[in-house]
Order: sequence, then C-alpha cells, then structure tokens
Amino acid sequence: MTTQHITLTVNGEARDADVEPRLLLVHLLRDVFGLTGTHIGCDTSNCGACTIHVNGQSAKSCTMLAVQADGAEVRTIEGMVAGTELHPLQQAFWDQHGLQCGFCTPGMIMQAAWLLDQNPQPSEAEIRAGISGNLCRCTGYVNIVKAIQQAAGELQASASAPAAAGEAVAAEA
Amino acid sequence: MTEILQTSPEIGGMGHSVKRKEDPRFIRGKGEYIDDLTLPGMLWLDIVRSPYAHATIKGIDASEALKIPGVAAVVTGKDLEGYKLHWMPTLAGDMQMVLPTDTVMYQSQEVAAVIATSRYAAADGVAAVLVDYEPLPVVVDPHKSLEKDAPVLRPDRGEDKKTNHIWHWESGDKAAADAALEASDVRVAEDIYIPRIHVASIETCGCIADWDPVRQQLTLHMTSQAPHAIRTVLALVAAGAGLPISEQNIRVKTHDIGGGFGGKVPVYPGYVLAVAASFLIGKPVKWIEDRSENLQADSFARDYHIHAEIGATREGRIQALKVKTIADHGYSDAAADPSKFPAGLFNVITGSYDFDKAFVEVDGVYTNKPPGGVAYRCSFRVTEAVHAIERMVDILAHDVGKDPAQLRLENFIKPDQFPYKTPTGWEYDSGDYGRALHKALDLIGYADLRKEQAEKRARGELMGIGISSFTEIVGAGPSHDFDILGLKMFDSCEIRVHPTGKVLARIGVQTQGQGHETTFAQIIAQELGFPVADIKIEYGDTDTAPYGLGTYASRSTPVAGAATAVAARKIRDKARKLAAHLLEASEEDLEWTPGEFHVKGSPDRKKTIQEIAFAAYTNHPAGMEAGLEAVDYYDPPNLTFPFGSYICVVDIDKGTGEVKVRRFVAVDDCGNIINPMIVDGQIHGGLTMGLAPALYEQITYDENGNNLTGTFMDYLLPTAVETPAWELEKTVTPSPHHPIGAKGVGESATVGAPPAIANAVVDALWHLGVRNIDIPITPPKVWAILHEKGIA
Amino acid sequence: MIPAPFDYVRPGELEDALKILSEREGDAKILSGGYSLLPLMKLRLAQPALLVDLRDITGLDAIVETDDDLRIGAKATHRRIHENETIARYPLLHDVSGGIGDPQVRNWGTIGGSVAHADPASDWPAALLAANARIVCRGQNGERIVEARDFFLDTFTTAIEPTEILTEIRFWRRPRGQGGAYTKLERRVGDFATAGVAAIIRLGDGGSIGFAGIGVTGVSDSPFAATDAEAALAGQRPSDDVFRAAGEAAAGMSRPVSDIRGPVDYKRAMVAELTVRSLRKAVERALAYS
Repeated sequence: MTTQHITLTVNGEARDADVEPRLLLVHLLRDVFGLTGTHIGCDTSNCGACTIHVNGQSAKSCTMLAVQADGAEVRTIEGMVAGTELHPLQQAFWDQHGLQCGFCTPGMIMQAAWLLDQNPQPSEAEIRAGISGNLCRCTGYVNIVKAIQQAAGELQASASAPAAAGEAVAAEA
Repeated sequence: MTEILQTSPEIGGMGHSVKRKEDPRFIRGKGEYIDDLTLPGMLWLDIVRSPYAHATIKGIDASEALKIPGVAAVVTGKDLEGYKLHWMPTLAGDMQMVLPTDTVMYQSQEVAAVIATSRYAAADGVAAVLVDYEPLPVVVDPHKSLEKDAPVLRPDRGEDKKTNHIWHWESGDKAAADAALEASDVRVAEDIYIPRIHVASIETCGCIADWDPVRQQLTLHMTSQAPHAIRTVLALVAAGAGLPISEQNIRVKTHDIGGGFGGKVPVYPGYVLAVAASFLIGKPVKWIEDRSENLQADSFARDYHIHAEIGATREGRIQALKVKTIADHGYSDAAADPSKFPAGLFNVITGSYDFDKAFVEVDGVYTNKPPGGVAYRCSFRVTEAVHAIERMVDILAHDVGKDPAQLRLENFIKPDQFPYKTPTGWEYDSGDYGRALHKALDLIGYADLRKEQAEKRARGELMGIGISSFTEIVGAGPSHDFDILGLKMFDSCEIRVHPTGKVLARIGVQTQGQGHETTFAQIIAQELGFPVADIKIEYGDTDTAPYGLGTYASRSTPVAGAATAVAARKIRDKARKLAAHLLEASEEDLEWTPGEFHVKGSPDRKKTIQEIAFAAYTNHPAGMEAGLEAVDYYDPPNLTFPFGSYICVVDIDKGTGEVKVRRFVAVDDCGNIINPMIVDGQIHGGLTMGLAPALYEQITYDENGNNLTGTFMDYLLPTAVETPAWELEKTVTPSPHHPIGAKGVGESATVGAPPAIANAVVDALWHLGVRNIDIPITPPKVWAILHEKGIA
Repeated sequence: MIPAPFDYVRPGELEDALKILSEREGDAKILSGGYSLLPLMKLRLAQPALLVDLRDITGLDAIVETDDDLRIGAKATHRRIHENETIARYPLLHDVSGGIGDPQVRNWGTIGGSVAHADPASDWPAALLAANARIVCRGQNGERIVEARDFFLDTFTTAIEPTEILTEIRFWRRPRGQGGAYTKLERRVGDFATAGVAAIIRLGDGGSIGFAGIGVTGVSDSPFAATDAEAALAGQRPSDDVFRAAGEAAAGMSRPVSDIRGPVDYKRAMVAELTVRSLRKAVERALAYS
C-alpha cells in the first residue's frame, strides 16, 4: 500500500497525514482526525450528512478523496462555534427545533451556512432548493426552513449593525 | 388521570415548549453515535452478501481474502454451526439465519463475515471471498407462493412443512359480518396493496461488541430501540449455545441514535456476528452497515395484500366490514411485533366508524425476500388498517353520492359512546372525531375548495381533495395482549432526588430523536415542581436504567411517561410526609402547588420541594427512611387511541402524471400535550414519512428477487422540495386512564397521511371512473390512467 | 462502501497528464469533480488502477465568448456555469447547469466530467446535441474537435480516446432570434432524468423556424439528437401542433427500456410531452431575444 503525504487546514488548524489515495475525505476527518461531527448516511452522495466546506464550497465529503483536499481549507461542524459562542445557525436550529435525532444536523447546518454565504436573504423556495441535497428523516424540514430563516435574519442584522452603530455615532457628533 | 396544574415557564412542566436539553451536543457535532466510537484494539467486521435471492451455497473459498494484509478471520455459517449460533429466534416466534450453512433465501443475505484491522481491509476481504452458488427457483409473489407447485422455501417450518403458508389469523364474527353484508343495500369491494417500504433512518445500524475474556464481561454498544430486551435475548441465546455469557455480565449501551422508526428494534445477524467474533477473538469488533445493506437486508414494513368489502345502507350508513389479507413476510416471520397476534393490531381496521359487524382474516406467507414486517413508524399494522378503511370509506362516499366529509361525520363513533367496544374486541379510551374533522374542514376552507375543484374540472384541470380521519392504537401494551418472548410490555422510571434538590431520573425507554431528555424532565417538573433545568434524564445503559421494553409504536409517553408520573407521585407522597414533619402540620392540612407544600389557608407556611429534598437527607422524621427516590414499573390498563383528521389538496399535471401536494392540514388529538414544540416536530416528521410511501417510496423486486431500490438513488426519500409546508392544529381529548392524560403521537401522522393523499388523487380522477390507485402513486401510474381515459 | 485500491497522481501541467495517460493507456481514469466517478468506485463498479486528478492544471475552466463561439472549459463547475453572466444569455445552458444533481454536486461536478462520463441519463449531453456543440479533445499530438453528434457512442462510451483529455466544449455564439430550453422529468429533485429534452430554436425571417436542434436523454443507450423532430420543425411556423408533431417524432426515435422509472410507452410519451414544453419555452425565449 502506497501512501501520500497531504497537508490541509481543518477549522483553521494546520493538519497533515499519510493517506492511501483511496481514503475518503470523510474517513480522514472522522477516523484519522477524530472529527466525528461529520456523518455518513449513504454511499451514493444522496443524503448530504457528510457535508462540509472545502475552500468555501459545500461538498459531500464521502464523495471526495482525502488526497483531493491536499492543500485545501476545510471547515466542519466542529469549526462553526466561535470560542463558546454558537454560530447563528446552530442557535437557530436549537431555537426552532430544527433537529430531532441530530444525525443529519451537522451536514444540514454546513449546507445552510454555504447557502447563506451565497444568498443571504433566500426565499422559502430557495432555502428548500438549497438543502435539497440533504435528507432529513425526522423533521419534515419545516423547522429546518424556519431555523435557516431565523439565522438569515440574524446574520443580516449583525452584518448591518456595526454600520448602523457607526451612523448613530456620526449623527450624534 | 388527574388535573394538570399550570407550572411556571421556569419550572417548565407540561404544556411548555421547552427547548431541547439534548440539542447543545448535536448542533456542535458532539453527539456520540455508534460509528463515532473507537475502542483500543478494535477490529472491523464486514459482511459478504448473496447476489442471489435463492441459491445453494456449494462452497466458500476464503483463501484469497485471508492473504489480504489486515484480514484476521473469515467466519461462515459452518463455523457458527459448531456453536449452534447459525440460526436465531425472531421476535415473532420464527427462526432466522445468522449465517447460512447451505442455502441463501434472499438477495443480500449475509453469507460470511470478514474481520480485519481496518474498515478498508475488511471491505477488501469481502471483495476477495469467493462463494460458489447454484441458483434455485425464486418466489417473489406471495400469491404464487401459495400455489400448489411453488417451491417450499422453509421445509423446517410452515404449515405441515409442505407449503409456504406460515399462519392464519382471524378476528371478529365471520357469520355475522357475512349476514350483515348480505343485508346491506350497498356493497363496495376493493383490492388494496400496501407495498413494502423501508424506514431508512439516516444513520444505519451498527454495533461494537466488546467481550472481555478476563472479566467475562460482554459490553455491546449498539443502535437499539430496546436495549434491555436485547440483553435478555443475548443471555438466552448464549445460555442455549452453552456460552459463558450470563445476563449480569452483559451490558448493552446505546449512545445517541440517528433515527429508529422501528428499524432498530430487531436483532440483525450483523450484531450477532460482531458478538460472536469478539467472543472468539477476545477483542472489540465493530460492525457498521452501509446504506445498501441497510435497504436490502434490514427489516421492512407493510407488504400487505388486502381485499376489503364494506356494506352500507343506501344513505351511506355503514354496517359491516370484511377483510381478507395476505401478508408477505419474506423468508422468515421476523416482525418486531410484541402483540400476541401474528397480524399485530390490524383488526383496529374498523377505524373511527361505528361498525356493527366486522371480520378480519390474515394469512402469513413466505417468499424470497428479507424478513421483517412492521418497521416503519407503525404500531403493528395499524398503518395498513387505516389506509384500507379510509380508502374504503372514501369509495363508499363517492358511490352513494355523498360528500366524503359528510359521510364520515354521519358514521363516526360519537363522543358519548366512549369507552367504545369495537366489533373486533378493542376498547377505545376516548375521542371526539367530529370536532377534529370540523376543525380541519374550517382550517382548509373546504367549501371553497370544492367550489374551486368544480370550476377546474369544468375547465379540464385535475384537482383533488382527500380526507383521512384515522384512529391510532398505541402504547403497547397491556400484558394480557403483549409480550416479547414472555417479557411483559410494562415500562419504567426510577427517580432520585439529590440533597441539593437536583434530580436524576432513568427510564426504560430509549430516544432516537424524540427528545426524551426534555419531555421526561417536563413530566417530573410537572409532578414535583423542580425546574426542568435541574432534572437529568438517562437511558440506554442496561447497567443503570430500570428494565424497560424500549421505544417504538408510540409507547414511550403512554407507558414510560405514565411510569414517570407515577414514580414522581410516589416521591411527592413522601415529600408530603416530610413537609408535614417540617411544618409541624398534618398531611391532610397540606396543599400542593407545583414546587411547594403549604398549609391550607396559610400560604406563607410552606416548604419548597428543594427544602424538602434537603430534609430527606438531613432532617427526616424518626422511623422514616432517608433519601428521596422512587421507581415505578407501569403495566398500562389499556392502549391509548390518538386520532385526527387530515385534509390534503393535490394538483395533477395532466401531461406527466405528476402529483403535487398543494396543501395539507393536519388536526391531531394526542390527549394532553407535554411539549407542544416537540409534538409539532413529531407530526411534521410523521407527515413526511406518510407523504413518502404515498408518492415516492417502495422497495421493488424484479422476478428474480433482485432488489431494484437498494440505494438512495432509487429508494426515494422526499427532500425539502417535495415536502409541503405542513399546516397543523390540535384538539385535546385526554386519555381517561393515563396518569397525565397523554396518548402518544410519534406515529399518528405516518399512519394518517397516506390515505389522505391517496384519497385526494382518486378524488381528482373519480369522474373518469377511477376507484383506487395503490400507493406509491407515481407519475407512470397516473399517466397510464389518464392515457387510458384519453386525457393524456 | 470503500473503493478498491488505486494509484493517484495530480500533475500540474496538461502535458504531464497526457504523458501519464499514454504511458498507462487503458488503466488510468481522469478525475475532475469526482461526483460521477467516485460513487461507481465505491460500489466497485469502476476499479481504475490510476486516477489522474486534473485539479492542479490551471486554465481549463474559462467561460468566454469569441466572435463565433461560446467556449466553456472542461473544469468549469455546473454552478459556475449557472451563475456566469455570459451564460445568463444562454437559457438552455442556464437551465441545464441549474438542475444537475443537488447544490453540492453542482459545486464540484464539472461539465467536462459529465460529458466524458456520458451517463445515458445525464443532462449535458442533451444540450450539446441540441446545440450542435463541439468537443475539444487534447492528446499528446495536439487537439482534435469532435462534433457532439459524433461523440456519444454508447452507454458510458464516447469518441474520446483513452489517451486524450476533454478540455473544452464549444457552443455556437447565440444569434438574435434564437432561444433554447431544457425540460426534464425526475422522480424527485436531484434524480437522474427519467427523460430530458433540450431544444434550440432559431426563428428565421417571417417567424418560421430557421434552425431546430433537439437533444434527448434518459431514453436510449446514449443521449441522441432527435433528427426526425428537427426535420418536422424546420421551416414551420411555431405552433402547438407543430411542436406536438416534433414531440411524436422525438418519441419515435427513443429506445427506452422498461424499469423502475416507468414502462416504455410512458417514457416515450414523456419525450413527446417534454419536447413540446421545451419548444414552447425555446420559442418564447427566441422571440424575447429578437
């Protein structure tokens, strides 16, 4: 078995490993790096439980080789918290009961995060289409959609908040 | 049932939408599912599976596999035979192979196990094992399976061991039903097939078996909805095989489970193989199913071929029902059905209607398909029953020219008839079916929709409105009707109140996403007044949790929820004694409000539950035991009967036959509600698992027994795009016999939704002469009808 | 599901990749996005000995218009194509690129990968056929250009040589009065097409059809150009009757098999129906771009 040396950044941290070319990226994350928040739900890239970000693009890590991520920036669910603070999507999934068994949740949150990167104010139809590569068996998607709407609102508010505060200060001066 | 007192949001008792206590770990990716665990020295098990649905195994050559670096062993049926472990009992009293010694009975059946030092080496080993098969004739259709010249699939079983007929079961009065049908003005008969489907929880099944030969201790980490039952079954099987594994040394731990829906109730060969491999090798062995294995070999649901006939007066007053059904069980009856009836609760088929006479018979049949029977969010065949009766009532309404809503309202069991005895022997606890249906009709704007439909029909557009007014039967169950290998179907809760007023409670049921850590804490908060935040719920570790039969068939709240309330009341009884001691008052003079006892008429003379808890360890009266703990094992006096009325609006694309669910209103009544947010979530999910088999999902086999739907590319779970925005409402009719008046809700929507959708589609096409379309109602089926009628 | 072992190289230059392909002729496979190939490898239905990953080769993903052509580099992802400003004026390509698989697949899957993989139910080939696109294949001895209508030979089989790499797809630059559309029927969003029909219509003087291109997928051993349908449209004034005749002609050329997506007569009927729907949209768009 020949292995190849790869280096990559995972959740902001430089990592490296010697891997067989056939090692799936999801297995590198889970079995080698111990980041078990990314899950596996199918073999055919239909379910999206393994969704992560590679160089800012959402990807199904069961349909990508670890060697393909050599040199890449990878973000997983474990990289979504800032210190102890939840990402607005994490908070919104909790607030809106956007999860039940929790198995699809990390992939769903990562896909939603990518979606909001691309389209900060998605319509309900755009949200539904945006998560159509992620299957959930528990929630019927209703509260997932609501959670993404909540997070979109919060992200939008926090994006405009510093500017608004600045304007207020300027007005007072 | 006692009165439910209002609690503050801080306490968070019943009726509060408390945010879930389990979510902080899940949203961070810190859940602990079975494949997240790695034990030191752990080996991997992967399974060689049969490409044939029926074949003789002429030989297994593992020599190439054993040459692969990392492959430690290959286990075959012959190896297991030496330990009498090659067959195992099913929950339905049949036998199922762990590994075959000579014959495979369905495609993807386990043939050999490869144990290796890594996931990848095990997979390579599986690819390298050579098996020599000689194909045998395949029986796929259960009707053909019953023909005289059909090959006998189970010469060890079956009637006289000469046919593929497994059992016959009947319920009700045949002669009376026949006579009533004869006397009916109108008779409606229909064949209804409810196809084989698969739960496909997003997490597949798996385990780590860890046999410690020194301590003689087996720890089985696994995805099980019923860990205690698994422990006892393992102990019994081990004893039968003469293995030194006894029940006190078996520990089953479940961790977090990524969805169950019934698919994680049965014992699969993979679990047993991992245990056997760990026992033989003395190291932990992990088995994780992949999706194809999950869809092709795990327990299925439905597969009921129903012929139903209903009799009524000319005005549509229904009188009699007769049902004959063939149940396709695959090669073994492995239905995870703990009722004493081989067709489970199928005779609840009289539904929400006041039938005078009914007769139901079911025949179980073997075929070359995987075993199973009930695993799809279904309380033991009630889904099949509800689909059949709701379709039949709808056909009757159309036949007698009555609006389907009106016909239902005229035939419902009336509120004053409860408790109501059905002609097949069930006693419904409570219901107000008319109220639920009226609410649904109002919410969806039924009259306007009928107007719109008439206008559209005049223009040649196809739109349909479908109703389903279902009655569920859950909460297995009363011990006179239920057991698992003799184990009665009680459930349990043990509560310990710590000196500082914090609570640890352990329950015999097992969450797979239902939110037990939150709702069971709310029951205790309701009964004792401790804030939900101070209550920790544990489950899924058989070394610590009290014995229980697990979570499926919507039984957690009806059974373990009752045990929790009763255990809490035992604690409150003791707390009353402690409070009387502390307040120097008599017990009768004390009044309870959530969280405190006070002296009647003197609200300031009070002791909080926290003060009482401290006193239980520091200042209890002489003669009283220290501590504040209680346990309850609850054997329910009856099942509970949730119900609801659903209305669905569909539009049909005439060009392609595609059905779009435009609106879906669900009015549910599950008795008193513990957590409205969680109940709504259960209904959202249940409706989606009702939409799925109505329009998309089916496990399909070709004539050679090949599974054509073995991956998520072809087994079509609905995405967010196909799933409509469900509209929910409630009525509340408490269960009179349940301590907190709750009924259970997990499966109602999955049971009630499919006929609403099917009825809507048939309603859209009725004027073309369409009476029934079997689910899933796929575009080719609809197009074929439209084409035949000259529409498409 | 674990792929069988293989070797992996990631050359930085196209020339190096081509050299490796010719040295390892027959047992090497090109890896682009991987969303078609890797699932087959996990199921061990494909077991190449060597994967040649094109990731580090730059310059194969441009989307540019020349005087005559719209050129799309093989490594352009479905999503980049869908969101590209130039492509916004190519409604057929916009339709196709927005409906392949799911968002994650579109993030990584590439037009070159799809076309070279030639799944008989994939979407791009239908568009290439309808548009009379040309496919640029590079070998060690240089480039050759293959007409789309000579490219798709059979199931998973194309005119590309094992020593060649597909580098670019060339569509004709859109003239005024031309419109296109793609309609597919899927059992569920993200599914492979039960049937899919791509149509391009150029309206001539006086509003009659000057050029019609129809590509059909999902209903034959490989995607095909429905030439009988094109003949039925040529010179006609657009109308539902004409579209229906074209639909029947396209259905007549289909060779579907009966499977879990439906029986033969249903699939044929769907080709007819989808042809009509694509043609209506294509003409509408042609009129809007006159």
